[in-house]
Amino acid sequence: MTNLAYRDYLAEEKLPTIWCPGCGNGTVLRALLQAFAALKLDPGKTVAVSGIGCWGWADDYIRVNAFHGTHGRALPFATGIALANPDLTVIALMGDGDGATIGGNHLIHAARRNVNVTALVANNFNYGMTGGQYSGTTPSGSTTSTSSLGHMEEGFDLCSLAAAAGAPYVARGTVAEPAKLARLIEGGLARRGFSFVEALSPCPTHFGRFNGAKTPWEMLRELKTTSLPLGILADREKEDYGKRYARAAGGERKEGSA
Amino acid sequence: METAGPIFASGNEAIAEGAFAAGALFYAGYPITPSSEIAEIASRRMPGLGGMFVQMEDELSSMAAIIGASLAGKRAFTATSGPGFSLMQENLGMAVMGEIPCVVVNVQRSGPSTGMATKPAQGDVMQARWGTHGDHGIITLVPSSVQDCYDLTIRAFRLSEEFRTPVILLADAAIGKVREGVRYYPPTEEEKGVRPLPDCPPSDYRPFAFGGATPPLPPFGGDYIYRITGSMHDERGGQAANPGTADRVIRHLTEKIEGKRDRIVSVRSLALEDAEVAVCSFGCSARSSKAAVRSARNRGIRAGLLELTTLWPFPDGEVRSILSRVKAVIVPELNLGQVAREVERLNDFSCTVVRVNRVDGGLLKPEEILAAIEEGAS
Ligand SMILES: Cc1ncc(C[n+]2csc(CCOP(=O)(O)OP(=O)(O)O)c2C)c(N)n1
Repeated sequence: MTNLAYRDYLAEEKLPTIWCPGCGNGTVLRALLQAFAALKLDPGKTVAVSGIGCWGWADDYIRVNAFHGTHGRALPFATGIALANPDLTVIALMGDGDGATIGGNHLIHAARRNVNVTALVANNFNYGMTGGQYSGTTPSGSTTSTSSLGHMEEGFDLCSLAAAAGAPYVARGTVAEPAKLARLIEGGLARRGFSFVEALSPCPTHFGRFNGAKTPWEMLRELKTTSLPLGILADREKEDYGKRYARAAGGERKEGSA
Repeated sequence: METAGPIFASGNEAIAEGAFAAGALFYAGYPITPSSEIAEIASRRMPGLGGMFVQMEDELSSMAAIIGASLAGKRAFTATSGPGFSLMQENLGMAVMGEIPCVVVNVQRSGPSTGMATKPAQGDVMQARWGTHGDHGIITLVPSSVQDCYDLTIRAFRLSEEFRTPVILLADAAIGKVREGVRYYPPTEEEKGVRPLPDCPPSDYRPFAFGGATPPLPPFGGDYIYRITGSMHDERGGQAANPGTADRVIRHLTEKIEGKRDRIVSVRSLALEDAEVAVCSFGCSARSSKAAVRSARNRGIRAGLLELTTLWPFPDGEVRSILSRVKAVIVPELNLGQVAREVERLNDFSCTVVRVNRVDGGLLKPEEILAAIEEGAS
């Protein structure tokens, strides 16, 4: 337990961030650090695991242990860390490309396996880092740098996906309501087992520009009226993999001790 | 598990037991023939050892999970074969770049692609060296007996800790599946190796300090708070994509291994002192080679065997030494010349290099190698 303010978790010497003006990532980052502070997380016992993408840079700005891995694989790295040391608070920071497209299989299996990890997906509906191509959450009909005719596929509702895969805690917030978002992240971090938090976030540089050159301000207003349900969408107790394994192994060890 | 005398076991069993003896407490993997036995044994043995087993959704995530577990302080390993080894390559590079100790067992089978799942091959020699992108050093050990499976797995863990790097144990379906006598012994602390803790104050700790030895890697969760990354990084693990840093990091990743060949490279010599023909082989093909060398000696041909139990870094000095003093070097392998090309690279001596290759899923017969020895001697 510590008594740190959210700014104490911020690596201020690294600022300014690489993020574009109007990007929602800074707001998601602040919400995350506020959740850290609210839970008095010990930076030494906390690990931020990030993927590759704009949001994947977030861990470089946080003063906790950090692991910056490969694109799409944040959850399996986090799984190894969390299973090897159950006392750690492990959070995986992923974009929608990272967490739900190239890494979609890991998302459903991490939820099903119920590892003690919080997944925080900053969903900006496209691949920000590589120039605004479509991702697994890009809404049908929208324009991206690889869907000039309008996107032909449907986007995932990530929270429904995570809930159906068995995640004990699922929540969605937006950067238009940052205080609420912080509380949703806090709820995920506080819950033992797999929790999934989606933060809807604008990418004015790519998604906005391709879809009517909206200002960041307009994009934020739109997020407030999203048709996707917001708030806590699943909340149930389930024994996580590590605990279950330890309980089963405890029996095994007694038997094997002769 | 410790045995008083030799017991009868398979190579796969000995690999798993070697890992446990070396202190492995984490296994993540995805089933694939002919390595699945290792996963099954790990699933049964880990609970009793106080360790953890998890079957992941694929080999990408298996490789990622052992990397995560290693950072959390557990000795971690995985086992796979061709298709799975291909899927592991990206995150193998993550372990290289992040300098994270772990052991990857590849029980080679016939490829490419799904190939022939149950048939032995030695076609992943170059994949082990260069399968993940970018310049780097890598350590690869090759067992040719069940005892080797035990001994070299222990050695793989020690080297991975000493050099903060992934180590590949490149077995094959024949060695993984063969059953023969093996003695399990508790390794000494020296044989197991340790992961040293830093002795500097936490605020001074640099996980990627430049110059000198690779710095120690404390487990996540202690007093040292740090960042590990697969992106180009400064000494503290911060993002640093600048030319000077990149040059230093990439040269370091190669040099830390290539520059320490003395501590890594191991070979076995049989009857090489007076040899006029040398066989240079490894893994299951070294067994056929040994039989061929014995037959050749019985026929009065001065043949010898150089068995490579380390493939990477390649035993340049040892191979050069035989090339410089024999008439011919025979290179038997279950691929179309991956090690032979390395031998040829070192051939500044106009020595005759004879390839003996088989890629039909069968093992090399001693007679095929003997014929090449006879040809080389004439
Ligand atoms: C295996 C692999 N494929 C492709 C890439 C290139 N790449 C880097 S980031 C990225 C997409 C990032 O999008 P997202 O995850 O949504 O994050 P954002 O940048 O929008 O925050 C891609 C495709 C990569 N680094 N690795």
